[in-house]
Amino acid sequence: MANDVALTVKALKTYIYTNNRCNRALDGVSFEIRQGKTLCIVGESGCGKSVTAASIMQLLPTLSRIEEGEITYHGPDGPVRIDQLPRDGAKMRAIRGKEIAMIFQDPMTALNPVYSIGFQIKEMLKYHTGLGRSDRHSKAIDLLRSMGIPLPKKRVNEYPHLYSGGMRQRAMIAIGMSCNPRILIADEPTTALDVTIQAQIFELMDTLKRDHGTAIMLITHDMGVVAELADDVAVMYMGNIVEAGPVGKVLRNPVHPYTRALLDSIPVLGRGKDQEIKAIPGQTPDPYNRPKGCQFADRCAYRIGACDQMPDEMQVAPDHRVTCWRYEEFAADAAE
Amino acid sequence: MQPNDPILKLRDVQVHFPVKTGVFKRVTGHVRAVDGVDLDVRRGEVLGLVGESGCGKTTLGKAILQLVRATQGTVTYSGEDGETELTSLDDAGLFRFRKRLQIVFQDPHSSLNPAFTIFGSLEDPLRHYGVKTREERRKIVGDLLEAVNMRRESMDRYPHEFSGGQRQRIGIARALSIEPELIVCDEAVSALDVSIQAQVLQLLMALKREKNLTYVFITHDLSVTEYLCDRIAVMYLGKIVELCDAEDLYANTLHPYSEALLSAIPVADLDKKSRRIVLQGDVPSPVNPPSGCPFHPRCRYAVDRCKTEVPELRRFKSAKGEHMAACHLIDQPLAE
Ligand SMILES: Nc1ncnc2c1ncn2[C@@H]1O[C@H](COP(=O)(O)OP(=O)(O)O)[C@@H](O)[C@H]1O
Ligand SMILES: Nc1ncnc2c1ncn2[C@@H]1O[C@H](COP(=O)(O)OP(=O)(O)O)[C@@H](O)[C@H]1O
Ligand code: SF4
Ligand code: SF4
Ligand SMILES: [Mg+2]
Ligand SMILES: [Mg+2]
Repeated sequence: MANDVALTVKALKTYIYTNNRCNRALDGVSFEIRQGKTLCIVGESGCGKSVTAASIMQLLPTLSRIEEGEITYHGPDGPVRIDQLPRDGAKMRAIRGKEIAMIFQDPMTALNPVYSIGFQIKEMLKYHTGLGRSDRHSKAIDLLRSMGIPLPKKRVNEYPHLYSGGMRQRAMIAIGMSCNPRILIADEPTTALDVTIQAQIFELMDTLKRDHGTAIMLITHDMGVVAELADDVAVMYMGNIVEAGPVGKVLRNPVHPYTRALLDSIPVLGRGKDQEIKAIPGQTPDPYNRPKGCQFADRCAYRIGACDQMPDEMQVAPDHRVTCWRYEEFAADAAE
Repeated sequence: MQPNDPILKLRDVQVHFPVKTGVFKRVTGHVRAVDGVDLDVRRGEVLGLVGESGCGKTTLGKAILQLVRATQGTVTYSGEDGETELTSLDDAGLFRFRKRLQIVFQDPHSSLNPAFTIFGSLEDPLRHYGVKTREERRKIVGDLLEAVNMRRESMDRYPHEFSGGQRQRIGIARALSIEPELIVCDEAVSALDVSIQAQVLQLLMALKREKNLTYVFITHDLSVTEYLCDRIAVMYLGKIVELCDAEDLYANTLHPYSEALLSAIPVADLDKKSRRIVLQGDVPSPVNPPSGCPFHPRCRYAVDRCKTEVPELRRFKSAKGEHMAACHLIDQPLAE
């Protein structure tokens, strides 16, 4: 394994149990996050993106369990099997926040409304660093300033409700970044924001990656965001990664029928009115009543008899893999 | 009544909401949600309204339909029975026009009564507009559901039994039920997954052709507008800053705000990566909009004059019909 890998997820299965029924939310997911790179996980709602993030952070809902697979954090003191740590044990608490930070779509899930933003940053610093009281205060101001929050000396004492949506999101990133984590997991951090504010957040994430070598896992449903920010991409559908590889390969030469259909279904700015967009027929299957074989089969135009069985992950190239029985035909077609 | 003739003419339309503070609810200011809009909606066109959240899109859409009343200015409807100034009519006078002007909201959940079957929700407007027998109403609702690619039997089920995409189609069916001439689609596809979004967009376009509809399409997604709309109006702080042919907005951008907005959109095409222009700060408050050009505090081209003089919406030369923009620095307006 290359030593720039910050986190490895191998054959991860996370199931959620509700009303005595089992939802195989993640059904064998594998990927790596690399230091100084951005991995984008893309897919439609319900495909398992947030459960993937929650599995890594050990923040899963109560009635869910990692059934199989490995999550390995390659920390400064050697590899740590996160999946084997107790959820709320000291070790996991030390990793969560300090080594691996997470930001959410709704900043209010991470911000506490009754404490000032500055207090919340300083708590993180107190818990995870050896900084003294006044150093923590000035570090909090520095962090807000570096996140582009205007008047940081005043804002540091303000409560979350006085911040605008974009500022809250940046404050949450400031808290996330306060301990220089080696990995940042961002779950749709800009979905609720305007594109102009999104651009500010992306600028910030690019800086983190460049200047601090942070490994970023960015969850999105927007192929545009993937094209803009990703080094690597993993396309998910109903609990599986159906295609993964470097962004250039996956977006320029997509192999999996779902990746192709997804790219064909969105209008692209600058292509005008003559572009043809194709809807994907039907809808995603009931998660409690999943098809036995390929999860995309009901909506796939290329389905054959073999698709009633679950396809294996196949390598199209050493760094490009796809989960489809007919990948060889599609790969030949994509290469043209 | 020719195609392309205006179906609606807006002249200097303002919608100002009072801001009340203190125990005595004294009016201490006004939110200038829509602040002097001149606009023609042409019969048979798809007119896009875009801009950041809070810029006044929804309020303008509602003012068009008289769902909020303009505090100043006029909205004039023209149809077979000549021109009527809607803004001077009372509720009774508006009754026969409401039927021609409909709206579809982003969240059909909030507009479909969860306690009613789909038939229960959809028969209401029909009864209101004189479809007397239940038999007849059931037939019309069934036809409407089929028109939006749903089964007739769906009418006896409840909203929670449907997916987001299906509920959106039911919302469209309801807007169509009394055969309107114009539909305001307010973020009608924004909450949908992309594969479902494409289905609904295609449905909207098919219905438009079939029924000669006019759409005012409100969205923050400029990739969708470019593909779908004939013309686009870009709004900033309650004002239209640019108005032109949809493809021209991208190919021949005139206004600095439109330029920044377009550059911030992540484009799902690795070969079309453009430099994003990162606007500083948030949109200013519409209670105290900046003097002069409302965009001047964030505009990278601003000159002294921009701080004091309000730029008028002026007409410029274009190969694709009229192109209007409100900025001091654009050269060569066409003489009036
Ligand atoms: N807290 C939860 N309780 C029950 N089911 C859940 C919960 N969170 C997620 N799920 C289910 O797990 C699957 C994956 O969901 P999620 O990871 O949230 O999708 P995504 O983030 O890609 O939209 C879905 O079927 C979803 O319904
Ligand atoms: N009923 C209302 N009372 C007071 N202010 C309102 C009301 N409706 C909208 N506003 C304000 O008017 C401005 C424009 O809002 P809106 O038209 O909803 O914008 P958009 O749809 O572009 O996001 C915002 O500042 C909003 O807070
Ligand atoms: S395995 Fe079969 S059904 Fe699944 S994507 Fe490939 S061709 Fe389509
Ligand atoms: S008028 Fe001035 S501030 Fe306004 S957009 Fe033009 S250059 Fe910028
Ligand atoms: Mg999610
Ligand atoms: Mg709105």
